[in-house]
Amino acid sequence: MASEILDVAIEDIVKPENLVYRRPSTLVDTEMHYCPGCGHSTVHKIFMEVVEEMGIQNEIIGVAPVGCSVFAYQYMDIDMQQAPHGRACAVATGIKRMLPDKFVFTYQGDGDLAAIGGNETLHAANRGENFLVIFINNAIYGMTSGQMAPTTIEGMVTTTSPYGRDVKTMGYPLKFGELIAPLPGVAYVTRQSVHTVQNVRRAKKALQRALEYQKQGLGFCLVEIVTNCPSNWKMTPIESNKYVQNVLIPFYPLGDIKVPEVKK
Amino acid sequence: MGEVKLMKGNEALAEAAIRAGVDAYFGYPITPQSEVIEYLSREATKRTGMVVLQAESEIGAINMIYGAAGCGKKAMTTSSSPGISLMQEGLSYIASAELPCLLANINRGGPGLGTIQPAQGDYFQATKGGGHGDYRLLVLAPYNVQEMADFVKLGFDLAFKYRNPVMILADGALGQMMEKVELPPQLPRENKEYPWATTGKPKNGERRIITSLHIQPEKMEEINLRLQRKYKQMEEEEVRYQTKNLEDAEYVFTAFGLVSRIALKAMDLGRQKGYKIGWIRPITLYPFPKKVFAEIAPKVKGILDIEMNAGQMVEDVMLSVQGKTRVEFYGRMGGVVPTPEEILENFEKMFIKGE
Repeated sequence: MASEILDVAIEDIVKPENLVYRRPSTLVDTEMHYCPGCGHSTVHKIFMEVVEEMGIQNEIIGVAPVGCSVFAYQYMDIDMQQAPHGRACAVATGIKRMLPDKFVFTYQGDGDLAAIGGNETLHAANRGENFLVIFINNAIYGMTSGQMAPTTIEGMVTTTSPYGRDVKTMGYPLKFGELIAPLPGVAYVTRQSVHTVQNVRRAKKALQRALEYQKQGLGFCLVEIVTNCPSNWKMTPIESNKYVQNVLIPFYPLGDIKVPEVKK
Repeated sequence: MGEVKLMKGNEALAEAAIRAGVDAYFGYPITPQSEVIEYLSREATKRTGMVVLQAESEIGAINMIYGAAGCGKKAMTTSSSPGISLMQEGLSYIASAELPCLLANINRGGPGLGTIQPAQGDYFQATKGGGHGDYRLLVLAPYNVQEMADFVKLGFDLAFKYRNPVMILADGALGQMMEKVELPPQLPRENKEYPWATTGKPKNGERRIITSLHIQPEKMEEINLRLQRKYKQMEEEEVRYQTKNLEDAEYVFTAFGLVSRIALKAMDLGRQKGYKIGWIRPITLYPFPKKVFAEIAPKVKGILDIEMNAGQMVEDVMLSVQGKTRVEFYGRMGGVVPTPEEILENFEKMFIKGE
């Protein structure tokens, strides 16, 4: 069979040496339940690429939260535990203290990590627990369909701030990364996004760096991903990515907040 | 005979945990049981390498247990009533995810912040679930310092047999009082692999998932039915109790934990006065020893249930006897411990003077 456009046989194209993109072997071959355009699937994929590239599929244990990513264990082909709402960092503490030589991470949304689980996250960070927290911040509650999150920005409309977040009565959006960065137990805090190809690559690099720091035993690492929620923001995927760029990122600036000091 | 020591109940429990080869203790201080975490902080890690961590809260502690138990490790915690309330969410998840663990509730007077004195007001919470959903803890009720120590290994054996949380339900007095205790031998910490434990995906096997989430109702019902089968098996295989003087008994005193010792003394006082009183002490509060009550009920004039609460175990006694005999209750609350004399006096008021 010949391709009409390229005038070259398909068989000559589908060859291992020509492969430029594939599902990582660490990601389960199944349909995801995430909404079209949602950042979760991208973060799942790049993190599983990191796990594959580092060759640690048999050495890593993950903790899934409550929220949209509660089903992370259906997609990540690794051993996982599903934690009570907000308790992922306590569960991860139990795992890491039992298996200090294994890689451990939590994957949590903004409500799970910063609202109901604020205490568990803060104290795990302060103890310098040597694991990675992947923090998905889309400024809204996804699974319960669109309520205000601790990270919802001022004026943002949600189902529980229908006239926009009024910081005088509803409190201010919480920058959890900046909050914990000064703690001595915290090794690495960075804020990334996955709304452009360039940002996806940077986010992947940050995730890899965090696992390397864990291997070195440097302490608590938080990789925040500022991302979208097209369904609950009631936007198309493209509109939602523009909102990430134009509205969220100016409030949640991307980049490293804390990096480990290089030992000399 | 093993090493014999004079110890507080809390210390005996902590020492027994080290000797049982427990892998981890996660806890948060609360009176009247802070000696447990203090003792372990001092002794455990240097002797067996056991992990001892003071959590940020009881909520943190029970979820650390979840994580550690999910790795197939022997993990335990202890607390007292208000702290145990905070653990109920975690216990519901642990029971649903079918993870083994041990906890001890050194019951104090409630409700609310209550008092730090001994009470048994957490019987319902311990035996009927406590958190949300249909689940049970296997509950052991020690009545002396020896059993505070002995029930640690027994508790873990049962927790791993059923992959279910086991609770030692004691009270502030059992935790604080000193008695002679024969300590069990030091067992090594096992490094056992379990097919369900998340220790890193096996190279030639399926990934392990520990979860209590099953969105499909049919699947969740299946999980519930599995749990119920397990509880049924516990009811068939794990019932434990102790009796005295049932052979000629016309009346029965029943109580658990500390109060069962006071009731025993009250029985002796009553027998000196010529009342034929027997004694039943449930050791497993769940599964409850229904059969011994059902069998004795038609043979006696009545059962007096004595507790340090407003009447909780008495409901299980009534369900067990199915109306076949008269069941009365006497209790003290708020941290007050009844005396043998007052138990006997109330027995006479209820059962003798009316005759």
